[in-house]
Amino acid sequence: MNDIEKTAGDPGENPRENLGENPGGYSTPPAGPEAIKAIPVRHYGRYVSALVAIAILVATVYAFSQGDINWHAVPDYFFDHRIITGVYKTLLLTVLSMLIGITGGIVLAIMRLSKNPVTSSIAWFYIWFFRGTPVLVQLFLWFNLGLVFHYINLMPIYKDYWSNFMTPLLTALLGLGLNEAAYMAEICRAGLLAVDEGQTEAAHALGMSHSRTLRRVIIPQAMRVIVPPTGNEVINMLKTTSLVAAVQYPELFRYAQDIGQNSGAPVEMYFLAAAWYLIMTSVLSVGQYYIERYYARGSSRQLPPTPWQKVRANMFSLGRPKGAVSA
Amino acid sequence: MTGKLSKTEDAPPEGSVPMVRAQGVHKSFGHVEVLKGIDLEVKPGEVFCLIGPSGSGKSTFLRCINHLEKINAGRLYVDGELVGYRQKGDKLYELKDSEVARKRRDIGMVFQRFNLFPHMTALENVMEAPVQVKGASRTQARERAMQLLERVGLADRAGHYPSQLSGGQQQRVAIARALAMDPKLMLFDEPTSALDPELVGDVLDVMRDLAESGMTMVVVTHEMGFAREVGDSLVFMDEGVVVESGHPRDVLTNPQHQRTQSFLSKVL
Repeated sequence: MNDIEKTAGDPGENPRENLGENPGGYSTPPAGPEAIKAIPVRHYGRYVSALVAIAILVATVYAFSQGDINWHAVPDYFFDHRIITGVYKTLLLTVLSMLIGITGGIVLAIMRLSKNPVTSSIAWFYIWFFRGTPVLVQLFLWFNLGLVFHYINLMPIYKDYWSNFMTPLLTALLGLGLNEAAYMAEICRAGLLAVDEGQTEAAHALGMSHSRTLRRVIIPQAMRVIVPPTGNEVINMLKTTSLVAAVQYPELFRYAQDIGQNSGAPVEMYFLAAAWYLIMTSVLSVGQYYIERYYARGSSRQLPPTPWQKVRANMFSLGRPKGAVSA
Repeated sequence: MTGKLSKTEDAPPEGSVPMVRAQGVHKSFGHVEVLKGIDLEVKPGEVFCLIGPSGSGKSTFLRCINHLEKINAGRLYVDGELVGYRQKGDKLYELKDSEVARKRRDIGMVFQRFNLFPHMTALENVMEAPVQVKGASRTQARERAMQLLERVGLADRAGHYPSQLSGGQQQRVAIARALAMDPKLMLFDEPTSALDPELVGDVLDVMRDLAESGMTMVVVTHEMGFAREVGDSLVFMDEGVVVESGHPRDVLTNPQHQRTQSFLSKVL
C-alpha cells in the first residue's frame, strides 16, 4: 500500500496521513490508453438450448392444462378447514419429531464419541438398526408393538393397555423421531469432530470442565457444521410426515386423500397437497438461510448479505457496469 | 497483578517453594519416549526459557505442567503440589477431572496457534473463563477484561472476532485471556512461532511487560534475543533430556556442550 503511494509521486508527503482520502494524483483516472470496445463473441448454442428448454416447458404445461384434470377443485379446497388442520398437524409432527430427533441425535453422538466402550457400541447399534430399516416399516412396528407389550405399567403414574397408550400421534412421533435421531447422530458427530482439538485444550487450560467445554466452546462451533444438513433434514422430515397416513394419523396428505375420495377429485387433491408442501418447504428454506447466517458469525470476516440486502445492492448497482460494485 | 510482590533483583523470597519442580519426568507416546528423565526447578517470579530443536520434547514437557499430557514416571510439582495425582502414603491416586480443572485455573497457557474461541469476540474470549469457571459477574468480568485488553494494547479491538484480527493481535488477546484467571504461573508454547516476523515484536513486548510485573513464566521459544534479555534461567533440551542449563547469557554466549553449540550455531 505504502509502496504504491510512494511511487504515485508525492515524495514530500507522508503517505500514512493520506490513507482514507484520495492521495495526490488519483482524483481523476489517469489519462492512459483508450478503453477497449470489442464485438463480443455470439454464443449461438445458448440461444438454441434456451429455445428447446422453453419449448419443452410450454408443451408440458399445455398438456397438463388440457388433461383430464378439474383444476377448479384445487382453489376450491385450498383453504378448506380440513386442509388447514392437516397443514397444522403436518407442521406439528415435523417440529415435534425433529425435536426428538435432534435431542436423541446429540445424545447418541456424545455416546458414540465417549470413551466408554459400552455406551459407544450401544449408540453404534442404535444407528445401525434405525438407519438400516425403512421408516415406514418402523412405523408399523411401533404401531403393532402391542403384541409384545400388552400393557404399559409405569407403576404409580400410569397403567393402560398398549393399544390405548400407543395413539396414532405417539406412533408417528416415535417412528419419525427415533429414526431421525439416528441420522442426526451422524450429523452431530461430524460436527463435533470438525472442531479443532486446540479448542478443547484451550478451554481445559482455562480450567473449564468437560461438560462446560462441550457446551460453551465445542457445540457452538459444531453448530456451523451441523446446521446446514439439519435444515435439509427438517425439509426431508416435513415430506416424510406424509408416510404416517399409513398409521391412521390424519395430517395434510391423509386429509387430501380423504377429500379426494369424497369429492371425486383425487388427483386434484394430490396437486393441492403438493402445492402446500412446496409452500412449507420454501418458507423453511428461508428460515434455514438466516439460521446459517447466525452461526457463521466469527467464522468469516463478513457476514453474507440477507436476501433483502442483496436486492438493495442490486438496485443501487443498476445501470452500472457489472463488477464495479462489490455486492 | 497476582497480588504478589514485584520482582526484585535479588534471589527469590526466602523459604519459597519452587513454582515448578520436575524430578525424573518421563513421557512416552506409544513406544516413542519423548521425555527421558527431566529434572529442573522454576523459582517464583522467574522467567524460565526452554529452547531446543523441534522434537526435543520441550513443548511436551510444558503440556505436562498443566496436565494436558500425563507423565509416565517421575514427579512433577506445581507450587509444591503434585500435578495430576494425590499421594497418600506411598500410593498415588489419580485426581478427578474436576480437581484437575481446579488446579488448571491457576496456570495460564498460551498456545502456538492462539486457540482463541472463534465464535466469541476478543472481549468475550477474555471474559469467558472468569464468568464460567470462577463465577464472576458479567459486569466485573467485562471491566477486568477491558483492563487486560488495554494492557495488551487492544482495547479498541474488543468487539472484533478473532478472524478479524492479525496473528499478533490474536496472540495478545490469548495472553489477556490467560491473565484473566489471575494465574500464578504462565506457560508459553512457542507463542511467536506462527507469527509473521513483523508481528513478533508486539507479542514479545507484552511478554516482557508481564515478566517485569513479576509473573512466573515458562517459555518455550526460538526467540534467542528474548531469552537473553528477559530470561532468568534457560534450559537447552535435546532428544528428551536437559543437555545444558544456566543463566541465558552464559548458555547462549558460551555453551559448554557440543550439541548446544551446534544448535546455537544454526539458529543464531
